[in-house]
Amino acid sequence: MPFASPSEFVKTSVVAVQDYSILCARAVSALFSPPIYLGDIFLQMDAIGFGSLPITILAGFFTGCVLALQSATSLQEFGAISMTGRLVSLSMMKELGPVLTGLMVSGRNASGMASELGSMKVTEQIDAMRALGVDPIRKLVLPRVSATVFMLFFLTILSDAVGVAGGGLVSVFMLGLNGTSYFHSTYRALVYGDVVQGMMKPIFFGFIISTVGCYFGMSTKGGTQGVGKATTQAVVVSSVFIIVVDFLISRLTIGIFGR
Amino acid sequence: MADDQTPAPAGPVLELKDVSITFERNKVLDGVSFVVQPGETRVLLGPAGGGKSVLMKLINGLIKPDGGSIKVFGEEITTMSEEQMFQMRRRVGMVFQESALFDSMDVEDNVAYRLNEEGTAPEEAHKRVQEALDFVELGKAITKFPSELSGGMRRRVSIARAIITKPDLILYDSPTGGLDPITSTTIVQLVVKQRDISHTTALMISHRLQDAFVLATHRFDPEKNEMLPIPDNKVDENTKFLILNEGKIIFDGGTLDLTHSDDPWIQSYLS
Repeated sequence: MPFASPSEFVKTSVVAVQDYSILCARAVSALFSPPIYLGDIFLQMDAIGFGSLPITILAGFFTGCVLALQSATSLQEFGAISMTGRLVSLSMMKELGPVLTGLMVSGRNASGMASELGSMKVTEQIDAMRALGVDPIRKLVLPRVSATVFMLFFLTILSDAVGVAGGGLVSVFMLGLNGTSYFHSTYRALVYGDVVQGMMKPIFFGFIISTVGCYFGMSTKGGTQGVGKATTQAVVVSSVFIIVVDFLISRLTIGIFGR
Repeated sequence: MADDQTPAPAGPVLELKDVSITFERNKVLDGVSFVVQPGETRVLLGPAGGGKSVLMKLINGLIKPDGGSIKVFGEEITTMSEEQMFQMRRRVGMVFQESALFDSMDVEDNVAYRLNEEGTAPEEAHKRVQEALDFVELGKAITKFPSELSGGMRRRVSIARAIITKPDLILYDSPTGGLDPITSTTIVQLVVKQRDISHTTALMISHRLQDAFVLATHRFDPEKNEMLPIPDNKVDENTKFLILNEGKIIFDGGTLDLTHSDDPWIQSYLS
């Protein structure tokens, strides 16, 4: 495979950023003018939200379990094992809940969107849609973006809740802690800033997952091999974006709320 | 006429002037100019990779040229926004090279796609789908999915989808490509039927010279419901040819002009 020249690489990258920005801008602006395909939005909510429920619950639950198990060992050395609930709660709510749910949903849905739209692209179905007078951004992209943003928010809340519950089960049945005191400490540990931080992240992550998945799908080239490449790229890029944006939001909210 | 009842202009349906487009430093079309008059069927011939499909996508506004002017129904489309383009496309039917049917929908939903988007009542949409499918002689396939159809059947469903709103212009992108000769003749018969019954302006890409000449030398007889040769070896005056080679037009004219051309490349291509 020949090496691309530096100027070609820069040009391609700039064009990709430009195309991605245009897709995002058109998807957002489509939300404020008719037609809006509500049926497609609900269909995607079911596929993305309800479909991701099992992996989200399992990932959240066992993350909470392992968090309690690992932190208890260290906390015991300082005689602070009663702080386990506080640690699980803050970690789940601020970081692990949103990030893990985002990564799980990205692995399942960014790939699904890229492969579905990519297959439509290479078989000219997207061109056919345009030729039939339907805007693919409204029909295909907007339902996926709005459904992912909306459902990831609630999936994250669910993941936080089952994570704290999992930590509680480990604390009570394996570490011998008092259940009431565990749940009391998880509740008392959280302040307004923590909740805002935890609830803000899935909105951004949902937008990243869906727009990156749709972008790679809509720009697929080169037949079935291109579909495979688009699927891989969508998962890799959205996962990296999630982690980078997680850092930026954390820094921003720490700057605002002081924690 | 298309269902939105916009009157067809008196001037040309299509007018291209000096249209050029380049993909990755490869000039695909270079100064292409031609005119298609109302009621005309223009057959686009030329070797593979000559820019025929690109030209068709340019005419439907699916891609934009690097330079030149494209007027469809008298309106310049190169400066139109995507929203304006959707209005223009409502008057154009397009048959894609590989049919481009929506594989998650059955034949009825595929054919009714545009009607459903326009909010046509389900009973009315069903009636019109049945009519369009009967036209392409596929009325019994209404509940089937594209994966259950043969290549020729898919192409016919694609034609039904393109004609259901009675467009003012139909673009056929290689409707016989990859099909066996018998199925190809069936598809050409449908194109002739649409030409002679609805008198719709059409642009058709063909890789098979035989199909192109069948189109020029035959007419559709509605009484016998079959395609027959035009008597006395005459040709259809409204069927004209355009040959593209390496992004340039090398022939633009009628059937007899083409068969009597002195150009060595055309003679070699025809032989």
